[in-house]
Amino acid sequence: MSLSLSNVTKKFGEHTAVNQLNLEIPNQELFGFLGGNGAGKTTTFRMILGLIDQTEGNITWNGERINYDQSHLIGYLPEERGLYPKLRVKEQLLYLGKLRGMTKQEALVQLNKWLERFRVESYLNKRVEELSKGNQQKIQFISSVIHQPKLLILDEPFSGLDPINVEMMKDAVLDLTEEGTTIVFSSHQMDDVEQMCENVCILREGNAVVKGNLKDIKKTFGRKNLHINADFNLDFIEEMDGVLNYKKYNNGCKLQIANEQISQTILAQIQQKGFIRKFELEEPSLHDIFIEKVGEQYE
Amino acid sequence: MNKFWTVLSHTYMTRLKSKAFIITTLIVLLFIVALANLPSIIDTFTGKDGADQIAVIDESNELLEVLSESVAELDESIDLIPFKGTEEEGKEAVREEEFSGFLVLYLDEQKLPAATYYENSAVSSWLEMMIQQQLQQIKVETAMKQAGVDEVTFAAIQEDVTFEKIALDEAAKTDEELDQTRGIVYIMLFVLYMAVVVYGQMIATDVATEKSSRVMEILISSASPVTHMFAKIIGIALLGLTQIVLIFIVGYNLILTKSQEFTGDFFEVFGFDTISLNIYFYAILFFILGYLLYATIAAMLGSLVSRVEDVQYLLMPMIFLVMIAFFIAIFGLGMPEAKFITITSFIPFFSPMIMFLRVGMLDVPVWQVITSIGLLVMTIVLLAILGARIYKGGVLMYGASRSLKDFKKAFMLSKKN
Repeated sequence: MSLSLSNVTKKFGEHTAVNQLNLEIPNQELFGFLGGNGAGKTTTFRMILGLIDQTEGNITWNGERINYDQSHLIGYLPEERGLYPKLRVKEQLLYLGKLRGMTKQEALVQLNKWLERFRVESYLNKRVEELSKGNQQKIQFISSVIHQPKLLILDEPFSGLDPINVEMMKDAVLDLTEEGTTIVFSSHQMDDVEQMCENVCILREGNAVVKGNLKDIKKTFGRKNLHINADFNLDFIEEMDGVLNYKKYNNGCKLQIANEQISQTILAQIQQKGFIRKFELEEPSLHDIFIEKVGEQYE
Repeated sequence: MNKFWTVLSHTYMTRLKSKAFIITTLIVLLFIVALANLPSIIDTFTGKDGADQIAVIDESNELLEVLSESVAELDESIDLIPFKGTEEEGKEAVREEEFSGFLVLYLDEQKLPAATYYENSAVSSWLEMMIQQQLQQIKVETAMKQAGVDEVTFAAIQEDVTFEKIALDEAAKTDEELDQTRGIVYIMLFVLYMAVVVYGQMIATDVATEKSSRVMEILISSASPVTHMFAKIIGIALLGLTQIVLIFIVGYNLILTKSQEFTGDFFEVFGFDTISLNIYFYAILFFILGYLLYATIAAMLGSLVSRVEDVQYLLMPMIFLVMIAFFIAIFGLGMPEAKFITITSFIPFFSPMIMFLRVGMLDVPVWQVITSIGLLVMTIVLLAILGARIYKGGVLMYGASRSLKDFKKAFMLSKKN
């Protein structure tokens, strides 16, 4: 029981948007999908949903190609936010709920539950165009989960929200996972993905450059980060073997090392030189991995 | 099917409740009410209670009576009133608009009727022509009498020649029937034209609005683009039907209450009472097919633009197509047997109007009608298939869509490779 993509390729004319993508996302999992702008995330989502057809390969969910008969089991929050600007929140959500196969009564119950949860009950009869962008996004999010989908695809769900709302929505996403929803979501915010997901995939120009369990990825990535604060000049470390991305700070430095062992060599070197206030070896962050693999700065 | 109804009723209800719809419908209804009351409105403005009064000085002392009679026979609203004053006073009275005109009747040297007519304007009026004609008639009669022609001979001269046309083709329509079907064809052509222009635009705008507000991606991930497109087309069709029925009810009641003779004329001219059911059947059939054809094109075009403002631009070719069909049809009303009309009645974009015109006006072989309908249905199906693909690709395509190249792009986007 899973969402599985095997050898999925999408070409637009000469341009290859997604190249030989293989993914296996077990049910009830919260899966993080990363990649720079134009890396092929939205195209992949659209292929999963059947909005566009893949050039090659297979996409199945629980063994079947997703089609419109299952649309009541699937939720989608597109990256391009869109609601009817002239419709009232209630009409809007009822309509979108009905399109996902709900009855009016069911939709009303869920609608009130979610509006309350996101503290926007008072907007029930407001036109969408009157709402702030953040609140519109909450309504949009509700529209994608109102029918209690089994598979939820969220294309950058947290972009454009203030920190309080991000937390509110993250909680909602985590609760949905608890309740058994399979969620695939994309984000530019590495911290979010790191906090929430067990498994991730990083796309770069349509190729999956990193994928799998986040802990394993970090382990196999090899590199570690090292923070050192000391009362003497540390610049000589930059010249040592296995030291990458050396950055100097006021009273110390931050650097990457090719493997754990090098930290011990460095420690041995500096121990003699003076007073060391901090020597900390830490796991690489997803951010570091992303930058290394995608090669460009995002955030 | 469930989703089809959801989209359909949503399309219908939101449009029905919209201010734009309510206001335009009200304006059209007001217009109809105004039209039905046009005669009384005109009368109010001319302020003569419908009667034209003409002052007359009859120097012959015999002409006025005869002229009054023959004028009254034609139009009761014209009053010829003997004028007691001098000619100068008569002219003055016309200048002051006491009378519509001032007529001096006399007999010339040959004792034949003659007249001088004064009116404020130099433009020849309907009144003037009417009086001139009647006087001409009296002159002919007098001249005949003077020449010694007796009344029986005169009546024989006056009588129309016996001329009867018999169409040898038994199924051919009589002149009377033709006039009546012409009325129906006119109405159908006009309604179809309006429906395509107005409701086609509505469909395209609706699709473009959903696309530009980016709600489309959610919609087509919930229901298939084909379902969505046709639900929209039918939803707008029902809306149009609501509007037309409303207009018809108001119009019909107005005509009924307005005046008895009006109804009689109206129904005779448009031949509602005598025409065979066949024509109605064809009118409805061709109307539905024509609407479906153009509505599908409109939905497809609407899916290609990303801004509502661009809808007009892209719809233009379609509107031109309908206009061409409409003008060919109007031309064809005069000469339905022209080769040109026969040929165009098979071309799908024109056939809803032109084949219907031929069916109405001529005795068209059944195979021709079936071929034309067949071609039309095939085109609609093809367009629907193509439209659904373009729709599917088009709604995901953003950017400046202003050229027909986008058809290809949208088509490619919905294809596998």
